[in-house]
Amino acid sequence: MKDTDGSYITEDGRKIGGVVMEMKNITLKFGGVNAISDISFDIREGEIRAIIGPNGAGKSSMLNVISGFYIPQEGEVWFHGKPRPQMKPYEVARQGIARTFQNIALFEGMSVLDNVMTGRLTHMKSGLFAQAIWKGRAEKEEIANREIVEKVIDFLEIQAIRKTPVAGLPYGLKKRVELARALAAEPRLLLLDEPMAGMNVEEKEDMCRFILDVNDEFGTTIALIEHDMGVVMDLSDRVVVMDYGKKIGDGTPEEVRANQEVIDAYLGVQH
Amino acid sequence: MFYRTAGQFKTTYRDDQALFPIRQDAVLVAVILILAWAVFPFIATEFAFQTLLIPILIYSLAALGLNVLTGYAGQLSLGTAAFMGVGAYACYKMLTIMPWLDPIVAILLSGFFSAGVGVMFGIPSLRIKGFYLAIATLAAQFFLVWLFEKWAWLYNYNASGAIQAPNITSVFSGGTYVSGPLATSFTQYYMVLGITTLLTILTINLTRGTLGRTWKATRDMDFAAELIGINLMRSKLSAFAVSSYIVGVAGALFVFMWRGAAEPNLFDIPLSFTILFIAIIGGLGSILGNYLGAILIVGLPVVLNTVPAALGLPLESAFVEHLNLMIVGGLIIFFLIVEPHGLARLWGLARQKLIVWPFPY
Repeated sequence: MKDTDGSYITEDGRKIGGVVMEMKNITLKFGGVNAISDISFDIREGEIRAIIGPNGAGKSSMLNVISGFYIPQEGEVWFHGKPRPQMKPYEVARQGIARTFQNIALFEGMSVLDNVMTGRLTHMKSGLFAQAIWKGRAEKEEIANREIVEKVIDFLEIQAIRKTPVAGLPYGLKKRVELARALAAEPRLLLLDEPMAGMNVEEKEDMCRFILDVNDEFGTTIALIEHDMGVVMDLSDRVVVMDYGKKIGDGTPEEVRANQEVIDAYLGVQH
Repeated sequence: MFYRTAGQFKTTYRDDQALFPIRQDAVLVAVILILAWAVFPFIATEFAFQTLLIPILIYSLAALGLNVLTGYAGQLSLGTAAFMGVGAYACYKMLTIMPWLDPIVAILLSGFFSAGVGVMFGIPSLRIKGFYLAIATLAAQFFLVWLFEKWAWLYNYNASGAIQAPNITSVFSGGTYVSGPLATSFTQYYMVLGITTLLTILTINLTRGTLGRTWKATRDMDFAAELIGINLMRSKLSAFAVSSYIVGVAGALFVFMWRGAAEPNLFDIPLSFTILFIAIIGGLGSILGNYLGAILIVGLPVVLNTVPAALGLPLESAFVEHLNLMIVGGLIIFFLIVEPHGLARLWGLARQKLIVWPFPY
């Protein structure tokens, strides 16, 4: 079933390609606290990779390492087969890594449309003077990018609120707008930090559907952090389990579910 | 009823992104432009030119510059007057060194000097935010005013230490005088109006496009902005550059098209605060607000001076001045509490009501 580079076809017929991103022996310290100690794992093209673990396990820190917000003291991040040099978060984003945030980080003073348009900023090239004059290059670029943004808006079914200011939207919709902003960037790797936190069952179902559709239709590689085990086990192809900054499990949902260390971390150990 | 938007459908993104997608807005703006370009200058008295029309435009422009920085990019600045000063002194020196230079061109070029100085004083914004940044820009305010006083080269070593607008003609006014005692208010008004209109259009384009969204993203949530691919350094410094350019041009107009002469202390903190008040009362993050704010702040003392006298209620000028300060102070507190988005938001609400009128919603 598996190719030489490890690519394979899943049961539901999706193609999982070679390794896109590889974390090699990452260690991240805050003062004397080891947020992440010596963790390695990889993310394959086209897969949905979940990172789970109890609170404070270092999951969000790991995501922040991937998106360049934290710089690990030890270890390397490999992206597309090359070690990534140290770079600023905005440079990481320009390499095609988009993300959402645990606590919604939308631009509250802007409309939904403008928020999603900010996702296209890395693709927009016209200079200051072209933009000031507007007619010509800047306008063409604006319209071309608007078309892409509108596709994302259609895809996530937020057409009705496109001109609404973000500040007054309900929580579930905000989460969806944030996903739209990340998708508008047409990322090669999409990082989702607790996309379903604080949602009711219907909203979770919607969000799951969107995540699966994104993966299916655009072939986007997704790494997500989530606490809802049902969601994680259903959505993801492979799961990394972290506890106290250490990796305690890695594999398919079935493997992870059977892992004694994982069971101990979640349910506790009898003394 | 008069502002009904029903039936105005957009079928292309180009239409939807037009400057005024709603027909009534376009008509309203056209009416205001016709008034400003073809009606006011022909009915205005010399008094109206000098106390209302010209200063309102210049203060609006300065507030527009500040609004780019504070309202759109979220970087608080208290150094506006100093950057106006840089524009004024740069224009003065350019006209001294290159007397053949057209004054309108010189005014437009002088903005680049203040843009450079603005970027320099904007560098602290990369590390500090909010009030701390305001203090850093306050340093610019003190330093630059001190420089205007001490660096005699800036005012051509003249004894008074002030700069005088020379009598100078421009091709843009058809060869008549545009600055100095020989210039007419009529000509100066048109020059100021032309530059203000031009810069306002360019600023609207900037704020609704990519750069505007970059600024607003920086203002609303800087770490998220950086993580979606915005270079915060470029975003903040471009805001300082554009803002200081506009403010610098306003400063040059301030001296050459209105005051006629300037001493260093003209560019001191009170002027910075006046412009900040205009931006706050008008509405941070709005273009229209700068005009509304300037009309209020410039117009209020004129109204307080003339209306009671016309009603046969003579007030002492000192009393009028104090009354003006009290009213402006009260208004600022009112707006900060009740409507932080200023007059522009009030107009937005009124417009919303007009659209649905006579129905409540």
